[in-house]
Amino acid sequence: MDDFQVINSYLCIRMPKELDHHKAIRIREMADRYIEGQHIEFVVFDFEDTSFMDSSGIGVIMGRYKKIQILGGRVLAVHVSDRIRRIFRLSGLHKIVEIVEDEE
Amino acid sequence: MKTMKNHMKVEFDSYSGNESFARITVAAFLCCLNPTVEELEDIKTAVSEAVTNSIIHGYGNQVGTVTMECEIDGDEVIVAVSDEGVGIVDIGKAMEPLYTTRPDLERSGMGFAFMEAFMDTLEVTSAPMEGCLVRMKKKIGVPLHERYNCLD
Repeated sequence: MDDFQVINSYLCIRMPKELDHHKAIRIREMADRYIEGQHIEFVVFDFEDTSFMDSSGIGVIMGRYKKIQILGGRVLAVHVSDRIRRIFRLSGLHKIVEIVEDEE
Repeated sequence: MKTMKNHMKVEFDSYSGNESFARITVAAFLCCLNPTVEELEDIKTAVSEAVTNSIIHGYGNQVGTVTMECEIDGDEVIVAVSDEGVGIVDIGKAMEPLYTTRPDLERSGMGFAFMEAFMDTLEVTSAPMEGCLVRMKKKIGVPLHERYNCLD
């Protein structure tokens, strides 16, 4: 699947354009398959294509954080727009997810 | 702004694929108000939360009807989302941030908190086995610094 890529111990997930409950179900299932099946230490959520996200997105990220944290891993987010940043802050997610700023 | 009134009502089955349908429908209906991208995203997020609640919590594994009404009254938008599902036992508890009855589905418990944050007012009416009605209002055209000074 193109949206999921494993590079060494990193699982990179390309988030969909609209991240709602409907889309969250599949991401959760797929991500866990990788996390459980391969040696994953870092989960990187890429929001480059994402223009909409509701609290279902928070659930997906929080769920993966809980899984990976037990294994000593970390959760990162890239290409985070102002809108998504605000949603992160509103839900406290910015405390557990490391936002990697875009390079110039 | 000239005073205008407009109203719409749609009903749809409680399939998760209809969450995006609901958001897009409301956004299209509100076009005539000329909202900012931010205002539109706020309303879309709140609608998505309310509709998702009806689908997951109201109906669970059953398929039922979700009703969405939207009203424009001058510069105010009123959105009502209702279902005839199982209802809410304790509304106060349900509205607490991070509280969820479905941790198994990885619900973050932030649905009502998001509706409150992104809209100006939120009213929830529900009783066990009597469905749920969520009514939210938001004024369009409020300067950003007035709206968000308490948030960021």
